[in-house]
Amino acid sequence: MEDGLYVIIAGAGKVGWNLARELLEKGHEVTCVEQDRRRYLTVEQELEHAVQYGDATELWVLERAGIQRADLVVAVTGDDEDNLLICQVAKEKYLCERIIARVNNPRNLDHFKLLGIQPAVSATDLILRLIEHEVPRYGLVHLLDLPEERLEIIELVVSETAPAAGREIQNLGLPEGALVISVLRGGSGFVPKADTVVEAGDEVLVVLDPGIEQDITDLFVGETAHG
Amino acid sequence: MSVLDEDPLSHERLDVELGSSWEEAGGRFTIGTAMEIDALIEAGVEEADVFIASTNGDNTNLVVAQIAQRRFKVDRVIARVLDPRRAAWYQEQGLQTICPTQIAIEQLQQAALGEVL
Repeated sequence: MEDGLYVIIAGAGKVGWNLARELLEKGHEVTCVEQDRRRYLTVEQELEHAVQYGDATELWVLERAGIQRADLVVAVTGDDEDNLLICQVAKEKYLCERIIARVNNPRNLDHFKLLGIQPAVSATDLILRLIEHEVPRYGLVHLLDLPEERLEIIELVVSETAPAAGREIQNLGLPEGALVISVLRGGSGFVPKADTVVEAGDEVLVVLDPGIEQDITDLFVGETAHG
Repeated sequence: MSVLDEDPLSHERLDVELGSSWEEAGGRFTIGTAMEIDALIEAGVEEADVFIASTNGDNTNLVVAQIAQRRFKVDRVIARVLDPRRAAWYQEQGLQTICPTQIAIEQLQQAALGEVL
């Protein structure tokens, strides 16, 4: 991260407080805004002037916190509507270039996308992804999703019965819009060539257009992997 | 007319003074929260010509009104916003807002000056 950012954090709960502490330690300037008076008084004992009392959805509170010069606004209150609107005014009214919103209820994630509030971070979503990574139930792990760019990278473990096992990359019949970019075998990774033979147990990284995940799964994991 | 509210008691309140039930009078009632897309659809947002967001929370109203506007393309969307500054700003952004605080201020001013309302 670049030096000397000015960061406004809305919400001084566990996430906001710890984030403020970390950013201050890294030498950034931080103002935390907390609307609960008792919580504010607790946090103020440590953060002192770096925390202000107020409701960050109110424009004057954001202005008092210096939103006009903020490099980054992070909304991590426990209320999704608040986080959404704080980021919306930060971005559209005060033209803050960088915003990050916390999504408490993953069902609200669509609302954040609809209103252009990105990135929106959901703890549930992060944990789900970690679980997916640890326990790849359908043999497929999403490593990177760039929906705007219509691009994603997935990781699959080649099964014994997969059509791809024992065949050369060039003979796999990969669908249009898919490319094998890396193979992990025996603890080390390499970039495959056209004549590299895919083996059962290989972990393959595939970059692909969204929408053809199932074709790729069928090929590397097998038809049984339908979720 | 279709009403979406979290509280079933609001349904009962609608019946009072009607002389008939809300449904008999042609109304619809859905129990749910407007942040849930399913509840909005059940309440008929997809067929709505007008959408009014008037919960007791400004923030909910502003978010839900924008969902009706952008996701469901409702022609006329109105949000109740108590905070005058945000009401004005969102109005500038193309979301119609009604600010009861502003209306009260104006009426109180008139009353204070002895004007008859």
